[in-house]
Amino acid sequence: MKRSSSLVMYTVLILSAMSVSVRGLAYGSVASDVLAGYQQSGAQPPDPERARVMWTEKYPDDNGKNTRSCASCHTENLRAAGKHVRTNKAIEPLAPSINRERLTDANKIEKWFKRNCKWTFGRECSAQEKSDFLSYILTQ
Amino acid sequence: MKRAYWFSMIAAVPLLTLGSLSFGDDDDDGVLKFWKKQPGIAPVINPLYKEECGSCHFAYQPGWLPEQSWRDMMSNLDSHFGDNAEVNPANHQAILDYLVNNSADKSDHRRSKKIMQSLGSLTAPQRITETGYFKHEHDEIPDSLVEKNDKVASLSHCNACHQDAEQGSFSEGNIKIPGHGKWDD
Repeated sequence: MKRSSSLVMYTVLILSAMSVSVRGLAYGSVASDVLAGYQQSGAQPPDPERARVMWTEKYPDDNGKNTRSCASCHTENLRAAGKHVRTNKAIEPLAPSINRERLTDANKIEKWFKRNCKWTFGRECSAQEKSDFLSYILTQ
Repeated sequence: MKRAYWFSMIAAVPLLTLGSLSFGDDDDDGVLKFWKKQPGIAPVINPLYKEECGSCHFAYQPGWLPEQSWRDMMSNLDSHFGDNAEVNPANHQAILDYLVNNSADKSDHRRSKKIMQSLGSLTAPQRITETGYFKHEHDEIPDSLVEKNDKVASLSHCNACHQDAEQGSFSEGNIKIPGHGKWDD
């Protein structure tokens, strides 16, 4: 009886350890594939520090006042929840260390870079900028 | 066994009748709370629409606006009320199809019909808040509870006050204004 229950325990432990490592690999590999893609399109190796500075830089809103930044919606703390500046809709934390769903879907990464770079900077981001931002978010 | 069956059938008749009664204009649920009637507006069932549109704002039910409104809106997503809301071409078509197939002019839900009746010369409003029906329903609510209330901020934030907005139910009994409480006019 005792033996069989400890066997079950071991199996559970091994299985859960496996699922954790598979999940870790999953988000790691999607993000690294995307990063590799940026380098193929001409980006230099990513610089998370550059993205950290750009995160809070302010850009013009519709009235020409410099009020917009990434932090407008995501806040300055990527591990905290944000809020859509216009609609008040809650935004889950961006940091993969807090929110495991983040950076696990290449299409979503591109979709949000496109929408949010256009809103914040008034243009699409370059491969270099996306590479920098992605590497910055990954460290959070 | 048979007896119990017949008894339950007989008992169901008055219950059904009561359930379909409703007092006044604003109740979705009828007299009996536990007997849910068709919601005032058809709830959103399309997962792609929920994901693509509902990640930035309340996923407004397509039954709030007529077909042409949705067509116009979907052709201007790069400048969507001051935001960029572009979606990829395949998703764009799928979302447009969903909106058009479920627009207010095609719905038999009560509030969609009311919206259509209230349009007048507005053929393709871009905001639900512009429609006569919406204005009429919200005309007694003071600014202090909406625009000047940080937790609401705008009449566009349906679910800030309508507790069952996602389910398509906007009945007066389910309104709770943050910082104010239940709304009763």
